[in-house]
Amino acid sequence: MVWFILRRAGSAVIVLFLASVLIFLGIRALPGDPAVVMAGEDASPSLIEAIRRDYGLDKPLPAQYVDYLGQTLSGNLGRSTQDQLPVAGILAERLPVTLELSALALLVAIVVGVGAGIVAAVRRDRLPDYVATGFGLAGLSIPHFWLGLLGILLFAVTLRWLPASGYVPFTQDPGQNLQRMILPALVLGTGFAAILMRQTRSAMLGALSADYVRTARSKGLAEVKVVGAHALRNSLTTVVTVLGLQLGALISGAVVTEQIFVIPGFGKLTVDAVLTRNYPVIQAVVLITVIGYVLVNLLVDIAYAFLNPRIRLSGSGHD
Amino acid sequence: MTEAPAPPSAAEAPPRRGAARAWRRFRRRPMPMTGLVLVAGFLLLAIAGPLATGDPAAQDYAATLAPPSGAHPLGTDDLGRDALARVAHGAQVSLQAGVLSTLLAMAAGIPIGLVAGFYRRWLDPVVMRLVDVTLAFPFLVFAVGLAAIIGPSLKGVVLALGFSQLPAVIRITRGEVLSIREMDYVSAAVADGASDGYIMLRYVLPNCAAPLIVQATVAIPAAIIGEATLSFLGLGVQPPTPSWGVMLTTAQQYLDVAPWLAIWPGLMIALATLGFNLLGDGLRDVLDPRSGR
Amino acid sequence: MSLLRITDLTVGFDTDDGLVQAVKGISLELAEGEILALCGESGCGKSVTAMSVPRLLPPETTRLSGSIELDGRELTELPESQLRRIRGKDVSVVFQEPMTSLNPSFTVGYQIAEVLRRHEGLSRRAARDRAVELLELVGIPLPARRVKEYPHQLSGGMRQRVMIAIAVACSPRVLIADEPTTALDVTIQAGVLDVFRDLRDRLGTAVILITHDLGVVADIADRAVVMYAGRAVEQAPVDELFARPRHPYTLGLMRALPSAAVNGRLAEIPGLVPSPLSDPDECAFHARCPRAQADCVLKRPELVRQADEHLAACFHPGGPS
Repeated sequence: MVWFILRRAGSAVIVLFLASVLIFLGIRALPGDPAVVMAGEDASPSLIEAIRRDYGLDKPLPAQYVDYLGQTLSGNLGRSTQDQLPVAGILAERLPVTLELSALALLVAIVVGVGAGIVAAVRRDRLPDYVATGFGLAGLSIPHFWLGLLGILLFAVTLRWLPASGYVPFTQDPGQNLQRMILPALVLGTGFAAILMRQTRSAMLGALSADYVRTARSKGLAEVKVVGAHALRNSLTTVVTVLGLQLGALISGAVVTEQIFVIPGFGKLTVDAVLTRNYPVIQAVVLITVIGYVLVNLLVDIAYAFLNPRIRLSGSGHD
Repeated sequence: MTEAPAPPSAAEAPPRRGAARAWRRFRRRPMPMTGLVLVAGFLLLAIAGPLATGDPAAQDYAATLAPPSGAHPLGTDDLGRDALARVAHGAQVSLQAGVLSTLLAMAAGIPIGLVAGFYRRWLDPVVMRLVDVTLAFPFLVFAVGLAAIIGPSLKGVVLALGFSQLPAVIRITRGEVLSIREMDYVSAAVADGASDGYIMLRYVLPNCAAPLIVQATVAIPAAIIGEATLSFLGLGVQPPTPSWGVMLTTAQQYLDVAPWLAIWPGLMIALATLGFNLLGDGLRDVLDPRSGR
Repeated sequence: MSLLRITDLTVGFDTDDGLVQAVKGISLELAEGEILALCGESGCGKSVTAMSVPRLLPPETTRLSGSIELDGRELTELPESQLRRIRGKDVSVVFQEPMTSLNPSFTVGYQIAEVLRRHEGLSRRAARDRAVELLELVGIPLPARRVKEYPHQLSGGMRQRVMIAIAVACSPRVLIADEPTTALDVTIQAGVLDVFRDLRDRLGTAVILITHDLGVVADIADRAVVMYAGRAVEQAPVDELFARPRHPYTLGLMRALPSAAVNGRLAEIPGLVPSPLSDPDECAFHARCPRAQADCVLKRPELVRQADEHLAACFHPGGPS
């Protein structure tokens, strides 16, 4: 188990290293002087000079990379070309917003998706299955941002139940915060609920036709126990794997959702940075995304090992 | 029925009947057939639609943000452009993004997968590590990076979408190679001195066809949504090109006065995607008996 | 009076290609402490017949008629909730695949204890202790350690013994063993069969042994029913069956035994089993039968008494030619 986690952590570090190299080279692949790119097009010459010095841009590439890595590891992610604020500070402000949105969306996705998947598998080819399968197909086919627009159209424009957009920090007013977050979280969560539902359903169908479920039935166990303990326990690995695989999509989805509901999170920061060619922010945003992604995948691997005694006890990878 | 021969059991059935049987099973199910109809409708709209409708850029200042009417069956946008013409041209952009990115991923992924699977001792580990690293980047990171480097455009969208599909294509092709290589008839061909290239083209490639077709029915709708999403964010196709995503960006600004503008493009995306998903589910059912349903 | 009485049992399954009849009107009886073998090729309906007793067939697609009585109690009409009290307690099953029949996510001890807690109302602790005893009973060394292990840590033979421990935990009246030795090494097979014999002797458990291996039948069974294409074609005490097989199919199976090999070659029965989709009124075996004559395709032969306790369904029965 320890060996397994160490190996996974090792490969995560390698991925992060490669990612940092790619990001480093990406910025330098842009046309023009990297110092000007990093400072922004109408920066003062002294600022450009300061950046050239900070990042050692007159040195050869490998030395530059070492400097870049040193700066990044010490928390210096540069300054935004828009307002000259430290990027690290901006991230500290924006990230919690996106984390709250993602956590709420995940909650929706897991409760609805796993629940509907189990019910659909157990009541296969009957009404609950058709309803859940229909929901799954719709959730898979309807893009987040359209669902968001429809949500605003219905709940904010027509019914006037919820505010159309905007954000209030949780610490300032929890009630207002949740009122504004509920629709975005539902919109973001629905697509994942659909994917989770489909995968849970198919994993549960597989588990329910497995020999060990037949064994459980032959013991005279109640159906709740057969489904809830024996079949579900073995389907959880699939659920966890799907959650890990869908993480990139969750990040993309958060970006879009924030854009629609005008939530000042990490995603809106990303889009605004690209549209204004704010390269220090783009660089940091990409790096943070990859770090987050790699970390969560590591967590998924560890959860996977906990669920699967074969990995937990032997320490070998899954093959 | 006096001297009727016993009906042939499954073992006696000639392999030719496999395809016919698959089609029979496919045709009998309403969902995949619905998917087929939706996909056909989408293709028709994307190919014939732009020819049948007017100029998507023609502005009618007398009728801006007009509700659906005889002259403009789907209404007009803020510049008085006909929503129907723009929806039809948007379908064309969607189709381009979906098909080009998938073709790109296949063109690059199939050779890589074939070679990796064939020379598995020294090449395979390298390729698969690279695939893992690629998977570590969320799709949006590619798209953001490409948009940052080459500027927002359809080209950037297709490259980003194609690149993000690459790992799946490589994995599928490689998986087929690894299993096909163990088959007796391939071993026999190797023993007969057939070249690696011949074996790849003659045996491996045809066997990859079914899973790759299924993969395409997953990749194309994902690409359609991906293109619309990026264009909606302003990171993809740029106005005035009529992409469904671009149309929705406009629609969002006029949600309270012209809600119909938000309906059509989104509905088109949903129907096209639904069509491919239903078709893909159906194909998976008949082509891959190991899968869930 | 017999412990288990199956009368005119017919079982079919709905499939994409129509109704497939797996069992076509079989009747048999099982006495207390008796070991009855159900034998035949795969697909002959032997497993379906046995699994009908605890009703472990997919309920959505199964079409079942006929009667199954356990101790005079009709099982086919029992509601699912009452049947669950019988499963694992009065009727238990040892499945064919020891590798996949145990749940990979739970310890062996948990999976044994589960059935004890369900039917005997034992506490967690008491059930765990009893599980260790049961592992010892089925001959697993170091049971106190094994009880905490997961299925993947055990060999196939050990897993099969765990399956048996689960099946016998509540001292069942009837134990159904579906090809219990097929997946095992020959060296382990004998040990598993000994466990069954031991149970019968000590607890009076009646065993339905499903197998295609006549060697196993000869080794352990008291009586055997030979099935072909969903019907019983021969039924006799084992000694009688091996001494004077009447049905040509039984004879064919015996010739396929390694011990009967002539010049090191096993005799195989030529031809294929007829499709389960159609059921013409003729002997299902005629196309493969060396003794087939014109009358075999005019009418289906009934199972009739050939000698004391010896039944066969053949117009041209006889001993080895």
